[in-house]
Amino acid sequence: MTFPTRPLVLGLLAVGFSALIFSRAQAGGGHYYPPVTDPVVKEECGSCHLAFPASMLPAASWQRMMQELDNHFGDNASVDPALAKKITAYLVANAGDTGGQAYGSKLLRGVTPASAPQRITSLPKWVREHREVPDWEWRHKDVRSKANCTACHADAELGHYED
Amino acid sequence: MKLRLALCCLAALCHSLVASAGPLEEQLTTYAAAAKIANPAFAGFSAARGEKLHTTRFALGKPDTPACTTCHGSDPRSSGNTLTGKRIEPVALSASPGRYADPAKVEKWFKRNCNEVLGRACSPLEKGDWLTFVSSR
Repeated sequence: MTFPTRPLVLGLLAVGFSALIFSRAQAGGGHYYPPVTDPVVKEECGSCHLAFPASMLPAASWQRMMQELDNHFGDNASVDPALAKKITAYLVANAGDTGGQAYGSKLLRGVTPASAPQRITSLPKWVREHREVPDWEWRHKDVRSKANCTACHADAELGHYED
Repeated sequence: MKLRLALCCLAALCHSLVASAGPLEEQLTTYAAAAKIANPAFAGFSAARGEKLHTTRFALGKPDTPACTTCHGSDPRSSGNTLTGKRIEPVALSASPGRYADPAKVEKWFKRNCNEVLGRACSPLEKGDWLTFVSSR
């Protein structure tokens, strides 16, 4: 009896291929960012804008942002110290270079965490992914702000940013 | 037996009357006391003054938000939108029951929004007038 080389090779190829697809799907091709689950963080960070997933920025960014809430992109969004501590702990634990690394690593490619970038929309990967969006679309009355992810990414609240 | 039933009904009625003084009413009472201290001639809140506050274009705070209606919209019974595209529940109590049930939350938003529109904190009179306005709608 000869060794069944061909079925074995084909089988292994199939397994390898699905593993590749699966891992890509799991990483969402870099397009899945688990939404904020903590009810306090969701309420405090999500009433004016989408509660951006913690994995979209490194921990150092969140720490800096939480210290500068009195000038939060031009708004005074300060919260009381106890609350700020709680929110910071959640964001830091799930940041793109800590607990949320599996999701945020692609978006944070080329970013030095210590530089603590504040705008998700100025991360090199973000800029590259959105380079084909024309200016008039950003100025559209239903978009207006680059922070308005849900205007185009209908499932952003669920963590999906494919299209 | 009948007497007991009547007593039960009376007790239930009293309870519902007491329960109607919810957090919003209590907060209005607190604002009224503060307004009276600030101005002894204070004679109650006014929905009309509240509406004027809500619709006036002050342009004293952030350039993006000259009036309350910039984000909340001109119809209190319709929802509004933040500049970053987030939907805001209608301010009118009839359209958003339970919206003002948490005094700390109400204070938090007065603090933020008065600063953004007026460039200063709102007075207890303004807060009471505004809450009276939205409760009446």
